[in-house]
Amino acid sequence: MSTVAANALGAAGGGLQDVAASEASLRRFLHGLPGVDAVGLEARAASLGTRSIKTTAKAYAIDLAISMIDLTTLEGADTVGKVRALCTKARNPDPSDPGAPRVAAICVYPDMVATAKAALEGTDIQVASVATAFPAGRAALPVKLADTADAVAAGADEIDMVIDRGAFLSGRYLDVFNEIVAVKEACKRPDGTAAHLKVIFETGELQTYDNVRRASWLAMLAGADFIKTSTGKVAVNATPPVTLLMLEAVRDFKAQTGIQVGVKPAGGIKTTKDAMKYLVMVNETLGDDWLTPHWFRFGASSLLNDLLMQRQKLTTGRYSGPDYVTVD
Amino acid sequence: MSDIASRLDAPARIQVSKTYKLYVGGKFPRSESGRVYEVTDSKGQWLANAPLGTRKDARDAVVAARAAVKGWSGTTAYNRGQVLYRVAEMLQGRREQFAAEVATAEGISGKKAAALVDAAIDRWVWYAGWTDKVAQIAGGANPVAGPYFNLSTPEPSGVVGVVAPQSGYGFSFLGLVSAIAPVIATGNTVVVAAAADAPLPALSLGEVLATSDLPGGVVNVISGRTADIAPTLASHQDVNGLDLSGAIAAEGPGSATELEAAAADTLKRVIRPALDQAALDWTNAPGTERLLSFLETKTVWHPMGI
Amino acid sequence: MAKNNKKAEETVTPKGRLFEYAPAPESPAAAGDIATSYGHFIGGEFVDSSGSEALKTVNPATEQVLAEFAQGTDEDVDRAVAAARKAFTDWSALPGSERAKYLFRIARIIQERSRELAVLESIDNGKPIRETRDVDLPLVAAHFFYYAGWADKLDYAGYGANPKPLGVAGQVIPWNFPLLMLAWKIAPALATGNTVVLKPAETTPLTALRFAEICRQAGLPKGVVNIVTGDGRTGAALTAHPDVNKVAFTGSTPVGRAIAKQIAGTRKKLSLELGGKAANIVFDDAPIDQAVEGIVNGIFFNQGHVCCAGSRLLVQESIQDELLDALKRRMATLRVGDPLDKNTDIGAINSAAQLARITELSLAGEAEGAERWSPACELPSAGYWFRPTLFTGVSQAHRIAREEIFGPVLSVLTFRTPTEAVEKANNTPFGLSAGIWTEKGSRILWMANQLKAGVVWANTFNKFDPTSPFGGYKESGYGREGGRHGLEAYLDV
Repeated sequence: MSTVAANALGAAGGGLQDVAASEASLRRFLHGLPGVDAVGLEARAASLGTRSIKTTAKAYAIDLAISMIDLTTLEGADTVGKVRALCTKARNPDPSDPGAPRVAAICVYPDMVATAKAALEGTDIQVASVATAFPAGRAALPVKLADTADAVAAGADEIDMVIDRGAFLSGRYLDVFNEIVAVKEACKRPDGTAAHLKVIFETGELQTYDNVRRASWLAMLAGADFIKTSTGKVAVNATPPVTLLMLEAVRDFKAQTGIQVGVKPAGGIKTTKDAMKYLVMVNETLGDDWLTPHWFRFGASSLLNDLLMQRQKLTTGRYSGPDYVTVD
Repeated sequence: MSDIASRLDAPARIQVSKTYKLYVGGKFPRSESGRVYEVTDSKGQWLANAPLGTRKDARDAVVAARAAVKGWSGTTAYNRGQVLYRVAEMLQGRREQFAAEVATAEGISGKKAAALVDAAIDRWVWYAGWTDKVAQIAGGANPVAGPYFNLSTPEPSGVVGVVAPQSGYGFSFLGLVSAIAPVIATGNTVVVAAAADAPLPALSLGEVLATSDLPGGVVNVISGRTADIAPTLASHQDVNGLDLSGAIAAEGPGSATELEAAAADTLKRVIRPALDQAALDWTNAPGTERLLSFLETKTVWHPMGI
Repeated sequence: MAKNNKKAEETVTPKGRLFEYAPAPESPAAAGDIATSYGHFIGGEFVDSSGSEALKTVNPATEQVLAEFAQGTDEDVDRAVAAARKAFTDWSALPGSERAKYLFRIARIIQERSRELAVLESIDNGKPIRETRDVDLPLVAAHFFYYAGWADKLDYAGYGANPKPLGVAGQVIPWNFPLLMLAWKIAPALATGNTVVLKPAETTPLTALRFAEICRQAGLPKGVVNIVTGDGRTGAALTAHPDVNKVAFTGSTPVGRAIAKQIAGTRKKLSLELGGKAANIVFDDAPIDQAVEGIVNGIFFNQGHVCCAGSRLLVQESIQDELLDALKRRMATLRVGDPLDKNTDIGAINSAAQLARITELSLAGEAEGAERWSPACELPSAGYWFRPTLFTGVSQAHRIAREEIFGPVLSVLTFRTPTEAVEKANNTPFGLSAGIWTEKGSRILWMANQLKAGVVWANTFNKFDPTSPFGGYKESGYGREGGRHGLEAYLDV
């Protein structure tokens, strides 16, 4: 997860190297993307949501989903104790079953990165940090870059940045693009490696699916390693149709450029049933290439316990209850 | 011409008689057969020679009617209304001539004939007002259970064959108008098989239509034997609808049953003749049935989303 | 994806191998008891046929016989029409508000028993359970609910004050949506005060017979609904019966034509929902992912056994490659197999005869030079199956571009301009439905205006609703089903 192409579009640009040459060319490109029919997109997502995942498929999907979780705490009230507890949970999600898979990452604010890093010492669990004046993103660029650099210096493996929605909605696409490029630069470490960059759109604020598709391409063109729906801090977070649209975007981007980009829905995904729907969407839109924690993540906290309860049910044949999973 | 017409002229003068011709594609051709047949009044007295239209004349008329569909159905409903109203205006000016033709055709008094012509003129006016209202009574929004805009609108069927009424009070002109006007009001074009024994009002109507801003081909009038013309229209694959108002109800060649069966080959929309045509009174209020008979409901769906 | 930009490489694996869905079968037992043999439903009773001929209905996914049922004789039809005639007097005199309550009851019982009916429909028809469960049954109940509400409001329907019913309606329905077509026929007929004799298709009689039970549960007066089973001979006896006042038929254009001929010269009112060869037109500015879904839904929904199926894809030449790549990728994810598996997208072909017809026309497509493509997918060993199939390089003259295949076979043609698209779309004797995909609003409305089709889906396809009139232009039939328009077919107006 720590090796990053210096420039996402490098040699294999798919003819897109010049798209961001100017505000006009970038706008022309983004507005030339195919439109999204909202009703059709939502119907497709809903239809995939009716897949019936049973027995062996369910067991596979539960373990896969657990392994894809960015176990998250992003509260003003976060403490070292809270973060350590969460890291313990990440290492050993189900004390009653050591065979339960570990989560992919712990996601915290930058000032908790060092704590998390220390707590996860010796595991391959990644530490992800939000940055760039998360969640609003309303700060000057130098502040955002300092925020990012601070998290990277503290040991963050992954950076979850937010885009400037104000700039995006007012049509200043090149500003958004340049900011992503700058943050990506700030993700670099002195040893030449770099933290993985996830770009958060806050799709609930972008309002339209057309905007989500444009934001997806803009971020991928700027070098995002992952595109992520939401901060979890606004009224509307990840939804199946928004995620499906972003899956289609990474599919098309790979088809055109050869570059694979990951997707992370975040916020509001609370149940195993929800997680199954997302995995079905990944499976039927992208297939095997994305069915790994390297390329798909869930930004979630309470989801993990529901997955563990369902997992216990499959293992023991009895329905579990909240007292049989840990509250951290 | 007839004795009625001659009354209008000074006795010393030899009047100029009219050669009755077909009305096809806005022009007045003779029948391709080169033949005519005698038209007499109800007492058997000769009135005029009418063109003996053939199957080929009917076919030419269908071609003309098809060519006119796009323009006529594509014009605005407001414009169609004005054209139909213009027909009424033109008829008003030729009221006496039509009264004379109707009186001889139906064997009724000049006064009754004039009243029927007045009713026919009024009927054009009635249908002129319908052109831009029919979509609102026949169409509308459908409240489907989903995020879709859903609208139904009536559209013309296309080319309609009209076997003109041949009996019933007022058939020769009011009946004819009652058959033609509603069909073209909604944007269809028509080929009329004129009443075989009383074709003169229909042929004269062609002259009025030609001077009423009605595009050529929208109405085409063929006189001749119904048994020649009606089956051609009924079996023609480029005819979409068939009004059998004037078809004989009995079984046998040229009967309504046979025509309806022929129309079934291309699934034409059909108006059947009344059970007792002779008992018809064309002065009765027409209602909307004829207006709605040669319409197709088109329903368009579109998602609503941002 | 940017337009006109050929993709760099095809690296996306469309179909997952890691995440295989385990079987998720619906229980066949949920269909309830299927008798070994069935008679007719006449005058409120299940009765034996006057004849001895019996037909068999098979599960097309297994070829196993589900039940025997009676081949309705002329005498059976006569009895049923007499029962309907007898019931008509009281039924038509019943206040509309009371008729409404029976229909509301039927709608509710259908909802209560929807799982049973969905499973039974899947077993008898071969269509996937997710369709019967999510599409057919909800629409069936909705249709009865909708027309129930009309029964006491006919004065306001625009057909004059106190419009009268016609009398006895003889209704013949197809096998592609057995229960939904029954609802489309029976609900408006009953709401307007007619009584009915309905003949279900000979490959799918079971849900109609189960519906007869629902009529009994609803307390519907005897003889208001009569079900006579049998093949085309029974249908012809019904439509020809002299005491039938109304004939309603959904099925093929040749049969519809024969019925129209048969009733010529009678006073029977006729409505026909016949075949189609719909154009699904995709412009280069279409919402491409949704267009692909619409194409798939348009032709593979219900195994393509849909009269309004979007069986001709008309794609603008400038996006042909891009669209076809996306379409093939999507087709590769279609799951063909056990209709009772909740994850099945495409079920069994309804009958051996239909499979033979689809096969024959597909071979004709190849013989005429069109290029055939299907995704790799395993088919069950027993039963009637056909892979989702795409033909490219099709021209207007090919049989597969002109004849209704009524199966999961899509013919792809191209166009350059909107005018050419309209010309090609309209160049057929059919005129049931059409699809338009473009983000340009004014073009949608222009196209919708030009297309000779009774239903135009713009940026969507195969949507149905009881409030929305459905029916064709030209040789796709006449009359409308659904909405206020649907009442007209059953009123003396």
